[in-house]
Amino acid sequence: MADEIVRQYVDSASTTGNVTMNVWRGDAGGGSFVEYELEAKEGEVVLDVIHRMQATQAPDLACRWNCKAGKCGSCSAEINGKPALMCMTRMETLPAGEPITVAPLKAFPIIRDLVTDVSYNYEVAKRIPSFNPRPKTTDELKAGGYRMAQIDVERSQEFRKCIECFLCQDVCHVIRDHEENKTTFAGPRFFARSAELEMHPLDVTDRRAILREEQGLGMCNITKCCTEVCPEHIKITDNAIIPLKERVVDASYDPVAWLGRKILRRTKASVAEARATSPVNGPPAVQPDAAVRGIPTAVGG
Amino acid sequence: MPEYETHDFDVIVIGAGGAGLRAAIEANAKGLRTALVCKSLLGKAHTVMAEGGVAAALGNVYPEDNWEVHFRDTMRGGKMLNNWRMAQLHAQEAPDRVRELEEWGALFDRTKDGLILQRDFGGHRYARLAHVGDRTGLEMIRTLQQKAVADGVEVFMEVKVLRLLRDADGVVSGAVGYWRPSGEFVAFTAKSVVLATGGIGRSWMYTTNSWESTGDGVAMALWAGADAIEMECVQFHPTGMVWPMSVRGLLVTEAVRGDGGVLRNSDGERFMFDYIPEMFAAETADSEAEGDRWYDDHANNRRPPELLPRDEVARSINSEVKAGRGSPHGGVFLDIASRLSAEDIRRRLPSMYHQFKELAGVDITAEAMEVGPTCHYANGGVRVDADSTATTAPGLFAAGELAGGLHGSNRLGGNSLSDLIVFGRRAGIGAAEFAEGRTGRVTVDEGEIASTIEAALAPFERDGGESPYDVHHDLQTTMQDLVGIIRTGSELEEAMGKIEALEERAANVSASGGHQYNPGWNLATDLPSMLTVSRCVAQGALNRKESRGGHTREDFPRPDPEMGSVNFVQGIPTSTTDTSGAGGTPSVRSITITPVPIPVMPDELKALMELKEAY
Repeated sequence: MADEIVRQYVDSASTTGNVTMNVWRGDAGGGSFVEYELEAKEGEVVLDVIHRMQATQAPDLACRWNCKAGKCGSCSAEINGKPALMCMTRMETLPAGEPITVAPLKAFPIIRDLVTDVSYNYEVAKRIPSFNPRPKTTDELKAGGYRMAQIDVERSQEFRKCIECFLCQDVCHVIRDHEENKTTFAGPRFFARSAELEMHPLDVTDRRAILREEQGLGMCNITKCCTEVCPEHIKITDNAIIPLKERVVDASYDPVAWLGRKILRRTKASVAEARATSPVNGPPAVQPDAAVRGIPTAVGG
Repeated sequence: MPEYETHDFDVIVIGAGGAGLRAAIEANAKGLRTALVCKSLLGKAHTVMAEGGVAAALGNVYPEDNWEVHFRDTMRGGKMLNNWRMAQLHAQEAPDRVRELEEWGALFDRTKDGLILQRDFGGHRYARLAHVGDRTGLEMIRTLQQKAVADGVEVFMEVKVLRLLRDADGVVSGAVGYWRPSGEFVAFTAKSVVLATGGIGRSWMYTTNSWESTGDGVAMALWAGADAIEMECVQFHPTGMVWPMSVRGLLVTEAVRGDGGVLRNSDGERFMFDYIPEMFAAETADSEAEGDRWYDDHANNRRPPELLPRDEVARSINSEVKAGRGSPHGGVFLDIASRLSAEDIRRRLPSMYHQFKELAGVDITAEAMEVGPTCHYANGGVRVDADSTATTAPGLFAAGELAGGLHGSNRLGGNSLSDLIVFGRRAGIGAAEFAEGRTGRVTVDEGEIASTIEAALAPFERDGGESPYDVHHDLQTTMQDLVGIIRTGSELEEAMGKIEALEERAANVSASGGHQYNPGWNLATDLPSMLTVSRCVAQGALNRKESRGGHTREDFPRPDPEMGSVNFVQGIPTSTTDTSGAGGTPSVRSITITPVPIPVMPDELKALMELKEAY
């Protein structure tokens, strides 16, 4: 059997010796770091060692994981103080001979051990006005699908690489150190989501006022911490947040743009309409061609 | 009586990968109160791992492509064991479902004309896979997740469902499980239930599957009186990573070969030319030169053998390694570096580039990858009606990987993602119609809820029992060694016995610690499903005395027309009162197996099998 050949390699995978892991154990009521000593093998990632810990020493050690390939964004933790995916952090990249600390994400409430309550992120997601495409043209109806140029979809595709590991949310000091800001601040993950929709070739909703008034875009002071921890290497600050800030500024304070809107009538949906597409406010209600049909719209877009 | 909370819905969908999300969207759109229940956080399901693309005969790259050719490719890929009606519906409806994703916000890569780009994959006559680089599954799950949230589908995240519940007439009427974060129990009542829990790969040592793929859906369906078919046909994906051991089994997308990658042995030979089977000889290149020309000119050349269906490629790699022509770590070489520019590789296969760079220290733009077969996909699964996805248990519907039939004995790459959206939607409709037609108050057996909860908590009551991790490890070893890619009767007999012994051990495991987010306990509650599906695979494999698709018997190396004319249907008699299995479930010994003739294809579809333009 070929599996005998495989087994040979299991055995030959050299042990790099014992490692000391300081893992945070506890729950909402409190906890502390607990030291574990166990073996690590060549080529392993932190998650492998955590799994070995569960199988041999701490069967009830809580951690989230799914794909173990950097594609699902479940196993986020703070490794030696740095927010990272446990499945993509190779043991050999950490200082040899020193204890390795693994702690839960700091920005979210603890459930148990390395598992935190990330429901804040799912709540923010619900408040983002949903995708709202323009109608298909006659040509597109005939062709069967929308036409978009590759170059035009690539800007949004960058943000759609997001695996929702929430490391950017964890590291963002606006919420990391200020729990109270969570009600008024969407966070880098959701600025990237809004940027994706703003730059989506088909979407017709204007999200600028919401970004300014409800999602706290202005609170970001572009320290780029989010970009640094992104395992998908999305340039969140440069490509999402800064362009969004520019759009918001243009929309709110540019006198020429203001005059233009007065004279020409906007073609994008208003805040009120966009708001109405948010799932927390009921089913989508935007008429993409409202402006074309001359229906009056609210100000602020 | 243990405490639990209750929720009532019209439809509950268990599983939130592509199929579950699509089903929930559909049932919800029909105005039914719909809940989506999933074992992990929303958006983390295994669909996220799908890489290469979603197969649909859009005809954007090759206008001559159409559903008939896709249907024919799917049937031939499955070695004709497929349910023809499912294959037909799948091929006909996939294009609309893909375009619908775009209307919901998905951003696929584009052709020069601005339409959805399609790429080549094994077994598909034309470039047919709509994709986003090599992260198509992520695009799909995010699109569906955002649509479901926008539509207001109620989601119960991190809930492990233990058992389905039936009313006094045997109609499936709900489910019981527990919240993983709190360890508290929850029961759902519903007029109909959709199962969309995905695969079974965690029973093997080397698999592309995440921890969630424990076969919960197939097992719960069997316990509730539904049937399963073709469970023996497990797909071993030809290209998983083999080194370091940490990532052994991790998926390397078929898109590498679709985009020009070739397989070589340690002698540097493109060995796949030595393994072209009779069935595909007429449509496969017999020289490297022709195979290479095909990438640019499909009309005048035949496809290279690296793009044979997955079962063929996986067996060939296995043979090369066994013959001593493997790579240093027991795989073969997959070379894209000498076939595409570094820039093209990074653009078309970005996540492969990062995966190898970060996890193996290999730069795939400069070096060959080492790859070998890895347990990937359940071709078989719960037996369903093609049109409605109704199982043989009333009130229960099933879609996605856990449903059997569409793929026959071997699935073509790209047909899984299209399966999810075509049959996910149909399951949503089927379940909604059943719910609308159901009258009277939905009732469940509270005694059944109580006994399920008690059985689930039993590992905490037992002192000094075995660790669930040890039982799981031994199950994985058993399945890997005895029910792997190449099987023999004697080893399968041995596996049957070992699974029974493992069941006894699983019934006596202990859990320590609290109920809250306790992975040891959670694993103990996953073991009953894993054992049930493992038994189904071993039993099916023992009975299918031939080699076909994903099922290869060393002692019966050829396809047998008689075997090829039946599906092996497995089930547990609804009259059973046996609770001697792990976690108070019916023992694996109670699973029966019966050969049932496969549905006969109508003549007009039979004619498509010989389509000239399909070659």
